[in-house]
Amino acid sequence: MRWMYHIGRYMRLLAKSFRKPEKFSTFKDLLVTELESIGLQSVGIVALLSIFMGAVICLQTAHQIGGWIPIYTIGFTVRQTMILEFSPTLIPVILAGKVGSNIASQIGTMRVTEQIDALDIMGVNSAGYLILPKVIAGVFIVPFLVVLSMVLGVGAGAWIAVTTGISPLADFEYGMQVDFRVFDVVYALTKTVVFGFILTSVSAYHGYFAEGGALEVGKSSTKAVVWSVVIIMVSNLVLTQMLLN
Amino acid sequence: MIELQHLEKSFGDHHVLKDVSATFERGKVNFVIGRSGSGKSVMTKCTVGLFEPDQGRVIYDGRDFTSMSPKERKVIRQEIGMLFQGSALFDSMTVQENVEFPLRMFSDMSEAERRDRAAACLERVELDDASKRFPAECSGGMQKRVGIARAIAMNPKYLFCDEPNSGLDPQTAIVIDNLISDITKEYQITTVVVSHDMNSVMEASDTIHFVHQGSICWHGSREGLLQGGVKELEDFVFASDLMRKIRKTV
Repeated sequence: MRWMYHIGRYMRLLAKSFRKPEKFSTFKDLLVTELESIGLQSVGIVALLSIFMGAVICLQTAHQIGGWIPIYTIGFTVRQTMILEFSPTLIPVILAGKVGSNIASQIGTMRVTEQIDALDIMGVNSAGYLILPKVIAGVFIVPFLVVLSMVLGVGAGAWIAVTTGISPLADFEYGMQVDFRVFDVVYALTKTVVFGFILTSVSAYHGYFAEGGALEVGKSSTKAVVWSVVIIMVSNLVLTQMLLN
Repeated sequence: MIELQHLEKSFGDHHVLKDVSATFERGKVNFVIGRSGSGKSVMTKCTVGLFEPDQGRVIYDGRDFTSMSPKERKVIRQEIGMLFQGSALFDSMTVQENVEFPLRMFSDMSEAERRDRAAACLERVELDDASKRFPAECSGGMQKRVGIARAIAMNPKYLFCDEPNSGLDPQTAIVIDNLISDITKEYQITTVVVSHDMNSVMEASDTIHFVHQGSICWHGSREGLLQGGVKELEDFVFASDLMRKIRKTV
């Protein structure tokens, strides 16, 4: 029954967070800061992983196919893998590790050093002040990172295919375009919005209710990453079933 | 004036506050003393609304805080300043931004007015030259003074100080005690100080409430404190050799 207690407390925290901000100008400043922290500061890791994953998917597909399977399948596979699963699911999982642990430890440290109590005593809605800008920033910026990942992954696949002589560019391009459905991108971005919400709000929840000292902040940070990943994976299954049927 | 009426608070089976009633007077430094774990911090948290008491009332100048809606409480909260044991300064902001923070959130002041007000508060605590520093670049004593400057930025009617001298050397502790005492008299604030530091009690207290096992078992002045009369109070106050010697001289 412990999980029901956590779900209830998480819902109440969200309800407390999604209230009108005390001052809109302050909220706007915080939102810009979070967009930079969650978005811009993650561009490097997202780009690095996407480029290498796109290139590796290309090499592996080339290794698997042969004989009667047409060469354009490489471009098709790289595109489908990046758009359907790698970018929309694994990038949020990676962000749960990078951004989620950062959010949990930042809010957790504020909790154990009484900074959240200080906000509450001043009359500031601490949940709204700390969590709402992060969640909104996550929901807005994670889809951009995922689109960036898709473009870089497919681009890297094309580059490695051409430079290693696996496939001519024309075949790769044809594969990239064959049976392309816009719905696949819509499906991917819909998942991404949900995952952006999960990774920011679940991490904030674990930080907000941290208790004790530095050790507990570390533990809450770990829990934030683990639970964000678990919930992202379960949501991925549910959303895929819902959206693809 | 703040009145606590029959406060009760439990955490599970642990009954922390038992029928606590007290009055904290305006323009005076009201000390709440007691051993660690006696319930004084829980009492303060119930008073400022960080914990909800199970029973009883907290009354701020005739206004029943415990029965107020969150929106009504917000008005009172903006009249409260609090100095935390660890200062609780926002690490991502400079000293100046910390002091300006409540003004930015709750006043219609322009940026220049906010800057001036923050500068005046920092000057009052003799920290006007540290405004650009971050909390991590300040000593413990400086952080406490910034905490006081932030607490008085909104001209509070009520000031709460939780262990204001913990971790400070005796000279700095006296500076903080005097600052709290001076500000209380100057602005006619109702100040509540939670402490178990007897030097601080003897230096700055106007009234004293002694909490033992969740109840206030004695209250009076510092002169009365030295006379004792309650065993638990005597055990607490005269635990050190120095205090026993002082008692003999008195």
